[in-house]
Amino acid sequence: MNPPDRKYSKDHEWVLLEGSSKGTVGITEFAQDHLGDVVYLDLPKVGTKLAQYDKLGEVESVKAVSDIFSPVSGEITEVNEVLSDNPEVVNDDPYGQGWLVQLAIPDPAELESLLTAEQYEAFLNELPS
Amino acid sequence: MSSENLRRTALYQTHVDLGARIVPFAGWEMPLEYSGILDETKAVRSRAGIFDVSHMGRLYISGSDAASLLDWVVTAGAANLRLGRARYAMICNEAGGIIDDTVFYRLDSEKFLLVCNAGNRDEVVLWLDRWVQERFGGASVDDRTLSTAMIAFQGPAAAASLDRLCDGSASPLMPFGSTEGEVASRPVLIGRTGYTGEDGFELMVDASDAAGIWNALVEAGGAPCGLGARDVLRLEAGLALHGHDITPESTPIEAGLGRYVKLDKEFVGAQVLRQQSADGPESRLVGLVVEGRRIPREGYGVYGGGEEVGRVTSGSISPSLDRNIALAYVLEGFSTLGQQVQIDIRGQMADGVVTQLPFYSRKGGG
Repeated sequence: MNPPDRKYSKDHEWVLLEGSSKGTVGITEFAQDHLGDVVYLDLPKVGTKLAQYDKLGEVESVKAVSDIFSPVSGEITEVNEVLSDNPEVVNDDPYGQGWLVQLAIPDPAELESLLTAEQYEAFLNELPS
Repeated sequence: MSSENLRRTALYQTHVDLGARIVPFAGWEMPLEYSGILDETKAVRSRAGIFDVSHMGRLYISGSDAASLLDWVVTAGAANLRLGRARYAMICNEAGGIIDDTVFYRLDSEKFLLVCNAGNRDEVVLWLDRWVQERFGGASVDDRTLSTAMIAFQGPAAAASLDRLCDGSASPLMPFGSTEGEVASRPVLIGRTGYTGEDGFELMVDASDAAGIWNALVEAGGAPCGLGARDVLRLEAGLALHGHDITPESTPIEAGLGRYVKLDKEFVGAQVLRQQSADGPESRLVGLVVEGRRIPREGYGVYGGGEEVGRVTSGSISPSLDRNIALAYVLEGFSTLGQQVQIDIRGQMADGVVTQLPFYSRKGGG
């Protein structure tokens, strides 16, 4: 269920590399399922520079608010504006229309430290239920 | 608490089969949500929802001193409660602090059912036992929580749907009325009570009948709902949650629940509450409607005139109002309707205004 074309963090974010320096970031199916109904996302402005694992923003569901961490270093180039009026898209399509931000990634080698889909699923299986 | 120590209600397997997300709550494994909190909230406001509330305590109090015992431990009148009626009240300690809140039903002249919160059941049983031993030896307390189940059926369509399963004995009930009957051919105590701000019913049933009744209610159009939706619905209805909005450190007067306190009778805590009622409390529980998209949550500070004047005890998005809402204790001087305040939501101030409770009331009222 987790697409094999991208990398995953243990904080339940994903990053999809397009070309050599552009990445799209979102949260995983596991994350959206555990959060439940997402009602608000606090996302950074275009131009914000983040180091890997810096706080990227907040995702707020009816139940709780959680920090989102950037799985990769980079500069925000685009924010998914659809989510400001339709945060539930994160629940409906976390790997597609529910992406959060795009970044210019100076060092794609950083992605090596992240998990493959297969490794992420193994990681999920080891989490206490 | 590890999962081995958690109790399961008679409906646990039903929840699992329905795909519920199960979470630990007050010592029980309970369904948090099925289709989603917002979806379930909407189902209850527009049609009908079903909740497993079997984790709540069901204490049967009987004997010649039953009414006197209850009159001594609850804030509302018990001896003057008519058969087939129920009442909301609080159980207070000597300092007027709220040990628990309860709905109690008079089933017979010498028999009551007291429903208490799951997390307070042991303490309430001990409290009742203490007063049986000290003052009301003619009363006995029978905790039937584990041998019975409790199902709430709530929403504008609940009465008509339940009528079809119980030969029409649901809709003639007045709010806070109760009757013994049959639902789907199984013996049930039906109370026209609930915790959602909608018309609705709570069914007390034998544990072995719970799944059959639950399934009949699903077939009758009830949407399975979890504790998540229950919490949103009760907050929209301005109903306090013990352990959050009301605690042993707060009193019914501070919580704005004075109308459920019969100050002209003798009961545990009465003296303190009479004094506080006369003097006015230092702080009061108020409703807040809060601007912005970020939800004011429990523990967040409330500010007025640059000073911290209170604290949020419950907060949520209100899907019915499409606003963020909260309950908060604020200093008396900041508790009047229309008072502007600020809520510190993780370092950012959001404007709020003290608002009449309930935030939501169903059309037709009552």
